[in-house]
Amino acid sequence: MAKTADAEKTTYQGQIHLLQKELMGRYFERLTRADETGEGKAVYMMISGNPVELVQAFDMIPVYPEVNALQLAVKKVCLPFILKAEELGYSMDNCAYVKADIGFFLSGRKGPFGTIPLPSLILCNYVGCNVYLQWFEHLAEYSQRKIYNLDIPFNREASGKPSPADITYVVRQLEEVIELCEKITGKRFDYAKLQRIVALSGETGEIWSRIKSLTRHAPAPFDAYFDSVSMMAPLYCHRGTEEGLRFFEVALKEMEEKVQLGTGPLPEERFRIVIEGPPPWPYLRAFRNLFSKWGAVAVASTYSTVGGLWEFGFKHDSMRPLESIAEHMLEWNLCNRSFLQRYDQIRRYVEEWSADALVIHSVKSCRLFSAGQGDMREYFTKELGIPTLLVESDIEDPRYYSEAQMKNRIDAFFESLEHRKILQSAQATGGTA
Amino acid sequence: MTSENFVDRYRELIEDPTFSRIVEWKANHSGSKIIGCYPVYTPVELIHAAGMLPVGILGGGNRLEIAHADSRFQSFICSIVKSTLELGLTGKLHFLDGIVFHSICDPARNLASVFQRNFPQMMVEFIHFPQNMVSPHTVKYLSAEYRRIKSAYEGLAGKAVTDEALRQSIRIYNEQRKLIRELYRIRSEKPHNLSTAECYVLNRIGTLLPVEEHIAIVKEAIAAINQRDEKPKDRIRVILEGSFCEQPPLELIEGLEAAGCYLLDDDFLQGWRWFLKDIPLDGEPIQNLARAYLDHSVFSGVKHDLREPKSKHLIDKVRETGANAVIILAAKFCEPALFDYALYRQALEREGIPHLYLEFEEKMWIFDKSRTEVETFVESMLFD
Repeated sequence: MAKTADAEKTTYQGQIHLLQKELMGRYFERLTRADETGEGKAVYMMISGNPVELVQAFDMIPVYPEVNALQLAVKKVCLPFILKAEELGYSMDNCAYVKADIGFFLSGRKGPFGTIPLPSLILCNYVGCNVYLQWFEHLAEYSQRKIYNLDIPFNREASGKPSPADITYVVRQLEEVIELCEKITGKRFDYAKLQRIVALSGETGEIWSRIKSLTRHAPAPFDAYFDSVSMMAPLYCHRGTEEGLRFFEVALKEMEEKVQLGTGPLPEERFRIVIEGPPPWPYLRAFRNLFSKWGAVAVASTYSTVGGLWEFGFKHDSMRPLESIAEHMLEWNLCNRSFLQRYDQIRRYVEEWSADALVIHSVKSCRLFSAGQGDMREYFTKELGIPTLLVESDIEDPRYYSEAQMKNRIDAFFESLEHRKILQSAQATGGTA
Repeated sequence: MTSENFVDRYRELIEDPTFSRIVEWKANHSGSKIIGCYPVYTPVELIHAAGMLPVGILGGGNRLEIAHADSRFQSFICSIVKSTLELGLTGKLHFLDGIVFHSICDPARNLASVFQRNFPQMMVEFIHFPQNMVSPHTVKYLSAEYRRIKSAYEGLAGKAVTDEALRQSIRIYNEQRKLIRELYRIRSEKPHNLSTAECYVLNRIGTLLPVEEHIAIVKEAIAAINQRDEKPKDRIRVILEGSFCEQPPLELIEGLEAAGCYLLDDDFLQGWRWFLKDIPLDGEPIQNLARAYLDHSVFSGVKHDLREPKSKHLIDKVRETGANAVIILAAKFCEPALFDYALYRQALEREGIPHLYLEFEEKMWIFDKSRTEVETFVESMLFD
């Protein structure tokens, strides 16, 4: 796929890359089989703070329409589906993730990665993103399948914590979801099995958090934006399973070895950056190269925490499985945290992961992420004095990516960062001379 | 009283970006606190019962220049988010002691955070309204949420809110909402006697005045309107939907009717007339407020009630009022309204109900294009 030597260097080519492909390949085979044979019950869910453990406990199949949209974009086939949705009445200004998925859903659900089965349950885990509610409401109308809104109160108190009433409310709803799953599958809920699954999630989350901590090293052993995203799929589709856990064990070992060897994703790490916002999936490689050519490596990213935020101490607890699933949904993921909590998360990344700068990728589709990022830039540049770059495109819609403009902005930013570095080192030498 | 009078009488009050009437009220009521209510719905009774004045903060209208807020919120964010921030950044909301936002959409939620950071002297609250309308546990959750807000406001007002005080506030707002329902009833039955712009203005001033004062005005207005006997004009009869949050400029509302329609119903200022019937006074008031939200509130694109298909309420409204058509008037970049439209359009086509889709922005000065579109639509129906 890569045409130049430069581009090849920017792709992480370790064992986990292959393992991830294999794991996701098997996942999509299972989905395709489910569609063809009617084997297994699919549950549509959203990524943010997903309660995949419950779905695994009933051996149902987790399906994420966001993953469909993402795959369509990465495989560069999303635009016709977006246009199909727009013909139906969806606006240019609606989230293109939704449009791509709905266009895809109404076109037979067959993609280059596999076929997506119809849902037995549309479980709208409303975790932060208001568009989720629309998306699943529309899918329910089109499919006429059972829908349940699992309402997760937004993190809104000064303490940054959910209230006991919030936790009770979510646990009660999880119990209702369990009843629904019992009806759909005809199986009795097995509490001990859920505990085992939640224990696996706990271990997986802990290892994932250790992996993410490794990028505190210089050089970082992997890119915490571009390489993290390929670890996210197993985290959502296979969390709570033995093979999911094994994947992360292998990944940790491989990354630790890289730290030992002092190698990273680039020949030389010249800038350490934090990236905020989702990637431009249709142009992921091109976008990555714009940073790689400057030797810029992401040491942390907010996007890798949409499904769960494990690096600040959260761990699923098998002794209180439902409460801990509720806490994961309420508190321990990016989407259900306030915008100011996100500022704080990024500030910690910059400080604790020793970053030189912040890059904000503002996407039109996802206003949960983007609305107000100008204020975020203001905070980081003016209040904290952290060099911050804001660039705009989209997570899904290829019509919003302007290569030349993107390149100019990124080049100008790193030129000035480089200048700043030279000045700083000159000052440092001057000071000691 | 002629139809011009209500609009003319109150136009200045509702279009004043400096909120001078409220500033004056505060000066005359020293020690009284004011809470801004961002759309869509706020349980204003909780504010009123604490002795504070709830005021609708509905953006800056078309008389406010956006000079600062557009560097904080991107070009693809709706105008009410930006104009509300602009009001804050230019010091025009200095009279607010607090402001409350709700879980209506993603930009509004992030705006709450931006307010918190930029205006630390203001008490910024955020209400998470439930989106699970069917669980038996939801009413308990929402009651807890209301109790949390109530106690925050007790702290700000420096006084406890008794159940009796809250009941009294519910009684007063019940009366106000009943009067507004009456205005809308008149309009759907005799739209020639009450224009949409007038009805809108009479409703809109309620977001700016103490409720007791508003009730007196609306009572008097209804009495005057009931005396009218205008001749019906040859116009198509339309249901308007999609303007439940950001409000279109008054000139646009006037223009829609002048282009040849009677708007029999709309969803302007929806949150200020949220209930289909009175909230019961017997029993625990907080729980009554919560239960009414779940079971007796109007359809809203920001409240995902899965008990019926999205477009049912709209089709029903058309059938019940005998309307001939629907106009969807959505704020530009308003994701809830834009998403709803996709399903409305498909349903309206299935039902054979003609419709016109229009977008607006707060800061709109030229209405010729919209007006021409409506005129063409009307002609296509009248001479079909």
